[in-house]
Amino acid sequence: MKPRIGVITFPGSLDDRDARRAVRVMGGEPVALWHGDSDLQGADAVILPGGFSYGDYLRTGAIAHFARIMDTVREHAEHGGPVLGICNGFQILCEAGLLPGALVRNRSLSFVCRQVHVRVDSDRTPFTRDLRLGTVLDVPVKHGEGQFVADTETLARLEEQGQVVFRYCSPAGDLGDEWNPNGATDHIAGVANPRGNVVGLMPHPEHAVDPDTGPTGGRALFESLLASFVPAAS
Amino acid sequence: MSEPLHRALGLTDEEHGRVVETLEREPNTAELAMYAAMWSEHCSYKSSKVHLRELPTEGPHILVGPGEDAGVVDLGEGLACVFKMESHSHPSAIEPYQGAATGVGGIVRDVLSMGARPVAILDPLRFGPLEEPRNRWLMSGVVAGIGGYGNCIGIPTVGGEVKFAEAHGANPTVNAMCVGFAPADRVIHAQAEVGAQLVLIGSRTGRDGIGGVSVLASRTLEEGSDEQRPSVQIGDPFAEKLLIEACLEMIESGLLSGLQDLGGAGITCAVSESAARGGTGAEIDLDAIPLREPGMEPFEILTSESQERMLAILRPESFGPVKAVCERWGLEHRVIGRATPEEGVRVMSRGKVVAEVPARSLADEGPTYDRPMSPPREQDDLLADDPADQPATVAERESLLRLLGSPNVASKRWVYEQYDSLVGGNTLAGPGSDAALIRIEGTRRAVAVSTDGNGRYGHLDPYLGGAHAVAESARNVACAGARPLAITNCLNFGNPERPEVMWAFRQTIDGMGEACRALGTPVTGGNVSFYNESGDSAIWPTPVVGMLGLIEEYGRRVGMAFTAGNAVYVLGETLPELGGSEYAEAILGTVSGRPPALDLDRESALIRLLVDGAQEGVLAGAHDCSDGGLAVTLAESAMAGDCGFGVSLPDEDLPPHVALFSESASRAVVSVEPERVEAFEALAARQEVPFARLGETGGAVMVFDGLFELPVEEARNVYESAIPTLMRRKTPAA
Repeated sequence: MKPRIGVITFPGSLDDRDARRAVRVMGGEPVALWHGDSDLQGADAVILPGGFSYGDYLRTGAIAHFARIMDTVREHAEHGGPVLGICNGFQILCEAGLLPGALVRNRSLSFVCRQVHVRVDSDRTPFTRDLRLGTVLDVPVKHGEGQFVADTETLARLEEQGQVVFRYCSPAGDLGDEWNPNGATDHIAGVANPRGNVVGLMPHPEHAVDPDTGPTGGRALFESLLASFVPAAS
Repeated sequence: MSEPLHRALGLTDEEHGRVVETLEREPNTAELAMYAAMWSEHCSYKSSKVHLRELPTEGPHILVGPGEDAGVVDLGEGLACVFKMESHSHPSAIEPYQGAATGVGGIVRDVLSMGARPVAILDPLRFGPLEEPRNRWLMSGVVAGIGGYGNCIGIPTVGGEVKFAEAHGANPTVNAMCVGFAPADRVIHAQAEVGAQLVLIGSRTGRDGIGGVSVLASRTLEEGSDEQRPSVQIGDPFAEKLLIEACLEMIESGLLSGLQDLGGAGITCAVSESAARGGTGAEIDLDAIPLREPGMEPFEILTSESQERMLAILRPESFGPVKAVCERWGLEHRVIGRATPEEGVRVMSRGKVVAEVPARSLADEGPTYDRPMSPPREQDDLLADDPADQPATVAERESLLRLLGSPNVASKRWVYEQYDSLVGGNTLAGPGSDAALIRIEGTRRAVAVSTDGNGRYGHLDPYLGGAHAVAESARNVACAGARPLAITNCLNFGNPERPEVMWAFRQTIDGMGEACRALGTPVTGGNVSFYNESGDSAIWPTPVVGMLGLIEEYGRRVGMAFTAGNAVYVLGETLPELGGSEYAEAILGTVSGRPPALDLDRESALIRLLVDGAQEGVLAGAHDCSDGGLAVTLAESAMAGDCGFGVSLPDEDLPPHVALFSESASRAVVSVEPERVEAFEALAARQEVPFARLGETGGAVMVFDGLFELPVEEARNVYESAIPTLMRRKTPAA
């Protein structure tokens, strides 16, 4: 049976259809979830997609984390279920306290939509467990508030416990301000919770699975996730 | 002595007389406001109607032509494409962020109201030179507004253009185009039937935007126009996103008989147009309309242009399910009236009739004017001053670099990186391409869309300006491998009460009409924006064309980028045509001469070759040759592919700067893999398109044999840094 991957639609979610399509393209079974429900419909993993939930008028992700389904997502995460927050979904997971840090306005003060490279810096998550450390993925970003920030202690803890999952980098994997699209602290593009099952990232892997629409650096994340549900051959 | 009310609202004394004649009495304030809005230039097209009739509007694949919210084209396989372009220049000049944002919101609702899911936005923009702080403020605000709204509603912004000219300084031009897809049998018309309920869905009605069409969009901007900021509407993209999803859900469930957006002239326009179209009357109750603030007068409610509202027309038994959909999406919804068998629109408030007028008199029977026309006196002198007569004083290499750094030609990355061009997951080619390509999900088909209009050409010869806009947009679509199908347009002009403006308008229509007929691309609708002037500064005649094309197998699409090892050709003929060119303006400092001639038979042949060449797989790359001529076209393909080339110019009779920078029409640069050269040349000969093999792609340097060499990297630095460098200059707050 194909793994069931739930994709939550909040009012103002924009990339929910795209995330469901990516799941389908990669061989999973997409399950549309509604913010007002409390049932994950048997989903093995949950994606919080990109967009501007509730218009992001208060603060990105600040209202969405009160949605009814978030209690169920929290429970799913506590039981070790995989959760992926993309862009606005990352912001919601931070607001919900499921991930450390916060995302603030890009240093340029402008929205930015472009292809970037990210380096895999942790393989302790279901989304990267099949990837070699240092692998460079070609994926797009599109956000106005994607600058990752956290206090010094948190940053130190993230590094120490291997919770930094992705960093913006050059095509060769080198770090530098010219490769960082939003001014994120330590070039951080994505982080995980201590257990590694909850991951948030600003780039959009769901927009990088189809060669007809651009580079396909997102495929590796879905492949890794889907493979994690296949029982190991004994 | 105070001005009579009808004049303050923008109606002339004669128009006021007509209202009295229609009603057989003096209109009250509410009625006068309704007529002023509906008979405004913006809503009634009173100065343009007699000329617009000359445009071809019919064709085998046209499902809906002008007159509805948006045009509809048959894409085959039971699919339809809905598309339209509109202007939001006047509000953007006063409040750039909200003006541009609500322009996007409005055009998206136009497409939605035909029952289609909006899938792409394009934004043609014109500003004054970026050396001026105010122009930088305007461009920053407009681009942020388009992004701020478009990025929040899940529709990719995939293209458009940005150009600069002194004439657009006081009056920027801000157009927005939207494309949507629907099953052909589900396209809906905003048409009432007797007994139908009129349900207002979405945001509350407030005082914003009152007089938007009559005061802002139908008059020139004068000193102190900043005081008109309250007439600019405020956008709420989150509400728009909910409206889009809720309306599409209702349409898919077959709950609606019609859907109309509330834009210019608000409820008055939506109700009177739906009623007039269905041949019914309507009765509405203002007390049922949810208001944002207490104490609004009937005339304010009737003409408010508050955004993110839709009028749904439905059979009473559908109201239950419609209510359920609205509640699920958290949208306000209220029955505000019904379609009646009588002919009039009756407006009730607190149990009293506050307005009662014939629906058709508002929507269809407004005044029309055939205004006087005459060419401007200086036109002949402008045409006679041919830049090709001037000696080239700047070396070719330097000229090319300057052109690549001229904001008209330079990379628009600064603009389009602020737009989400990816959402939806169907963008096969986005900003920076000749044409954007949007895949139709579940098929192998894609539509190609391009917007074009050359202001200098319009200024020098409005007939050619109109014709070139059609030809260039068709060529752009064909370069992607798609067959051009139909156009929408936005006709941006000055004050139609001036005979020179009206003359240019008519010339533009004639040129556009001829090109549309020759290329088989009818006009499905669009928008006229007059009064783009203030004081003694009017914009150039600026027709902008939005061309729609179809490619049946998107695996055959073609891009502009060079890859190494291919043969390079120029298609078409290069003539000594520097009139109105980018070279003439950027290097010689003159906007003069006759724009390039346009032979529409040649253009058709070129388009056929590009489409067939893509279909047969003989083209590795194709790029339209226009602004900056052959040299800029080659450089753009080189930069796009990060691949140099070596070429020699074919025509030894032309001085090098003419051969490099002439903007002769009906040309394209193509690259062909070595093993396809024979097939390609045979095809070009068969289509009777002149072609010349220039050389080959490869290396990191652009080599123009016997003239100069330029590393691709050096060109790119100039091309990419021009606009960011200008925009980094300090912009004082407005």
